[in-house]
Amino acid sequence: MPDVAIRVENLGKSYQITHSTRSGYKTLQEDLLRLLRQPFSRSASKRETFWALRDISFEVKDGEVLGIIGRNGAGKSTLLKILSRITKPTTGSADVYGRVGSLLEVGTGFHPELTGRENVYLNGAILGMSRREIERRFDEIVAFAEVEQFLDTPVKRYSSGMYTRLAFAVAAHLDPEILIVDEVLAVGDSKFQEKCLGKMSDVAHSGRTVLFVSHNMAAVQQLCSHGLVLEMGKTVFSGAAGEAIDYYLTSGAENIAMTDLSERRDRKGEGNLQFTAVEVCNAHGKPIQSILSGQDLLIRFQYHCNQPAARATINLAFNVYNIYGVLLTNLNTRDVDKMELPIGEVGYFECHWPHFNLRSGIYNCALFCEVNGRIEDWLQSAFQLHVEDGNFHGTGLLIGREQGDVLVDYDWAAQPDAQLAIQS
Amino acid sequence: MQLEQTSPQAGEPARHNRIHTRILPVSGWAALELGDLWRYRDLIVILITRDVKLRYKQTALGIVWVILQPLVAALIFAVIFGRYAKLPSAGVAYLPFVFAGMLPWNLFAGSLQRAGNSLISDSKLISKVYFPRMVIPVSSSIAVLVDFFVALVVMLVLLPIYAIPFSLNLLLLPFLLVLTLALAIGVSLFLSALNVYYRDFMYALPFLVQVWMYASPVVYSADLIPGALKGVFAINPMVGVIDGFRWALLSLGDFPALSLLISVVMSVVLFILGALVFQRVERNFADVI
Repeated sequence: MPDVAIRVENLGKSYQITHSTRSGYKTLQEDLLRLLRQPFSRSASKRETFWALRDISFEVKDGEVLGIIGRNGAGKSTLLKILSRITKPTTGSADVYGRVGSLLEVGTGFHPELTGRENVYLNGAILGMSRREIERRFDEIVAFAEVEQFLDTPVKRYSSGMYTRLAFAVAAHLDPEILIVDEVLAVGDSKFQEKCLGKMSDVAHSGRTVLFVSHNMAAVQQLCSHGLVLEMGKTVFSGAAGEAIDYYLTSGAENIAMTDLSERRDRKGEGNLQFTAVEVCNAHGKPIQSILSGQDLLIRFQYHCNQPAARATINLAFNVYNIYGVLLTNLNTRDVDKMELPIGEVGYFECHWPHFNLRSGIYNCALFCEVNGRIEDWLQSAFQLHVEDGNFHGTGLLIGREQGDVLVDYDWAAQPDAQLAIQS
Repeated sequence: MQLEQTSPQAGEPARHNRIHTRILPVSGWAALELGDLWRYRDLIVILITRDVKLRYKQTALGIVWVILQPLVAALIFAVIFGRYAKLPSAGVAYLPFVFAGMLPWNLFAGSLQRAGNSLISDSKLISKVYFPRMVIPVSSSIAVLVDFFVALVVMLVLLPIYAIPFSLNLLLLPFLLVLTLALAIGVSLFLSALNVYYRDFMYALPFLVQVWMYASPVVYSADLIPGALKGVFAINPMVGVIDGFRWALLSLGDFPALSLLISVVMSVVLFILGALVFQRVERNFADVI
């Protein structure tokens, strides 16, 4: 029976939001004036209590790798900050057994004017390593970062890749019993990302306890044994990593996965058939709020129509644009010869998109429908596809984000002793 | 999927004697906790090294500035107050007299200025990593010691030039140094903590330092203060410190027992007060800064 590494009980953190002031810090003048005007009230401005985290309880056993998942603002970072003692909780308690190393940012405390060597010592000390520990691991750190020949160059002359590599290398050689990591993998080129991920799984598989926050579902899938899903500061799911990811992708999806189009006025076309909603679902028809690259997808287009027909010639199409507005592809009924379809008064068309092949990101879609040669409905920016990194190639490896938008099925082979025949 | 286990790890972390940290909400005053500061001494040393290195990186003259600044300032004071205003300097040449006063004063004022803004300039550290927050202003204060020692060497060169003999009084210097530093750190802790909440202190600080300087016998002799005011004057802990430095370096007058005693008491009080206030407010730094 492994010991408990972290026990969190009813942990909560609230902030006072002041509506009147522009900035977080105050000026003495404001406070003094307030004191003069209302000497007995504690505050003149309207204040509201905002709970960034509320009633969080969980336990992490020794050697467990816990992935903390949630949307922006769900309270993930606040939780990590409390556990790494950067900020204090408002309620509850947390017990941490063991030396904690926390990595909420790569290169915290790096100073551009200092050399690589100096920064390794500085950063190491800031992360809690003693001078002797850093000296002992110095060569390893430098070798990992691949910056040997630039050790005595100020880091302001480093390329951003070198800078990140060095920063991660220091952090990776921290030897804590409990490692707290926030999204650091989202940096560097894909080759280095892979190296970082390798290092992370070393740590994860060496019996150390790891808390890992990421938007990257592929990384969570690969690294974590357990998952905790946060939503609006509360725990909504806690369990095995795979189930947590499923929960995260489907939770609250009824609201988010469905795009309501019934109120849209900016449409073109005759209007006899109008789309009222779009819903993104997994292969079982369950609505999902984010798509994982590689998963099978059903996209449903709800409509109402005042000219139902048992059989009509329908060209239903949607364009997929990336965030730069570049048209990536068009999916339609004509190209796959599925134009002969029935229409009801209220119904939906369904597009099956197997092995979803776009990389993580947000994609904008325009929707179009032509019935018997007449344009009935046409909506720009009708709905969005939210895509998260998934296991597209079935390898479990991270997919680089800067390598274009589209994924393709492929494989490699080698013929070490053959030559291409050159045709003249 | 390949999980490469390239480097064999240094073995299982020890299961025994594990550090237990309990994280609880806290409010109000707490007892002084200086043990943490000692545990993070490596970080203090490295931050001091960083501060010193950064100051002289990319300056062509480097250490020359450290010598030049106080020396030129002392020369100006010597000309204005010594030659034209003809302020008495207790029978010693005005330059060494002023310089002896400026030694502890510059340490004190430099520390206030450096440490006062230290938390703001290291705000990124505060919001991303845990360590005892006191490490930052304390190491900024201590980093000023480098300037102090350089100036001290200049002082020790000035003495024979002005035919002032070295005396056994010099043995008091280490004690005086610790006293000045404790005082400087105490006030710095207070100011740096408040600066996080009220950026006004950033602007008030140079003003405060200037007023404090003229309220201290840096450019004049403490003998100039009329008897009736002497009691009030001596509450300023820098009076005893400066008197002490002049006594140790220039063998001026009698041993300033009373004013030094006041300084010691004030330093202890200010240090404890500063540290308590700092501790009280530091837990919210990450949320406010």
